[in-house]
Amino acid sequence: MQGPGNEEEDGTNTRGCLVSAAKVEHVKSNTEPGDLGTQWPHELYRALKSADVRQMAYVPDAGHSTLIELFTADDEVTCNVLTTEEEGVAVSVGAWLGGQRCVLLMQSSGVGNCINMLSLPVLTQSPLLMIVTMRGEWAEFNPWQVPMGQATQASLEAIGITVLRADTAEDLIDIVGQAANTVYDTDQQVAVLIGQRLLGKKVW
Amino acid sequence: MDRRQAVAKLLDARDGALVVTGLGSPSYDVHAAGDRDDNYYLWGAMGSAALVGLGIAQAQPDKRVMVITGDGEQLMAFGSHATIGVAQPKNLDIIVLDNEHFGETGMQPSHTGSGIDHAACAAACGFADTGVLRAPDEVDGLCQKLRQKGAGPRLFVLKVTAKNLPRSLPPRDAVFIKNRFRTHLGFSPC
Repeated sequence: MQGPGNEEEDGTNTRGCLVSAAKVEHVKSNTEPGDLGTQWPHELYRALKSADVRQMAYVPDAGHSTLIELFTADDEVTCNVLTTEEEGVAVSVGAWLGGQRCVLLMQSSGVGNCINMLSLPVLTQSPLLMIVTMRGEWAEFNPWQVPMGQATQASLEAIGITVLRADTAEDLIDIVGQAANTVYDTDQQVAVLIGQRLLGKKVW
Repeated sequence: MDRRQAVAKLLDARDGALVVTGLGSPSYDVHAAGDRDDNYYLWGAMGSAALVGLGIAQAQPDKRVMVITGDGEQLMAFGSHATIGVAQPKNLDIIVLDNEHFGETGMQPSHTGSGIDHAACAAACGFADTGVLRAPDEVDGLCQKLRQKGAGPRLFVLKVTAKNLPRSLPPRDAVFIKNRFRTHLGFSPC
């Protein structure tokens, strides 16, 4: 069932489309078409499946659209579309209380919505894996994305979340794979930021 | 109705249900009825109770999960009506102890005293069963109903007297409560 009314904060509706292709032009790619440069969402999905992720919660983002499609088509993974990103922090902790691993997907603007709720996994020492697509930092057209994009890493670190960052597809797969081990095996809270340079420029 | 008596009835009839409590008085009410390993008490993260319950319910589909929270805590989780309405867990029940006030902070009136209705909101969001209970006797019928799994998520508002009762304080050690709850379900600490 698709959640109603997911309008992007900057006024477009691409963010809310669960299955429609995002209008993303890969202006920067270190690799040829068909390899990791374009296939990284599939590799990311495989890395998270290898880590036995059984729940996925998200507020849509164009950069996460393929990963969201892959998870929602997977009967082994329970997916929750959220009204605001902080809900997913609570769902992640609940999943862990019930014995399952959850991953939380959002855009950098959503990090600001999460701050007090992040005290829940931090204080309880519950695993939390957030994968955050960045806006407002590279070839950005929309100034409304800039303040939270610039504040994302500092905000996460201020509340006690470990921040890792990937600007290439190779790094992203490596970082998410090891972050999943660290998070679920040692009760840590980690946010992996996917650089806007990797995601590509949004076409207006 | 008296909140402690209503909560005691619900817990007497919990029949193996896992219980999550919203911060403030609901945590005290549940603790006053007897501390247990399968109680998960929240002392903060306002707005998280229903969604922590959702995560547990999805991970433990064979167990019933009962969230017991307050009208103010659930107001901060207003979006959860929609998220849970979309998720449609059949093993998640939310009990809102509604005194129409923010009791923990000085009894300021909350939205529910001005007609905002959590049960109507849940019904509009596709919950399988909802209701507003005003008399203590009605809780007996609710206990009977809750023994069976719902066709989807359920939410019931219990209108309770706005009165701060003597606090019955659950442990505040968040790691202890987490590990105790998970151990009850057979999971080891890391």
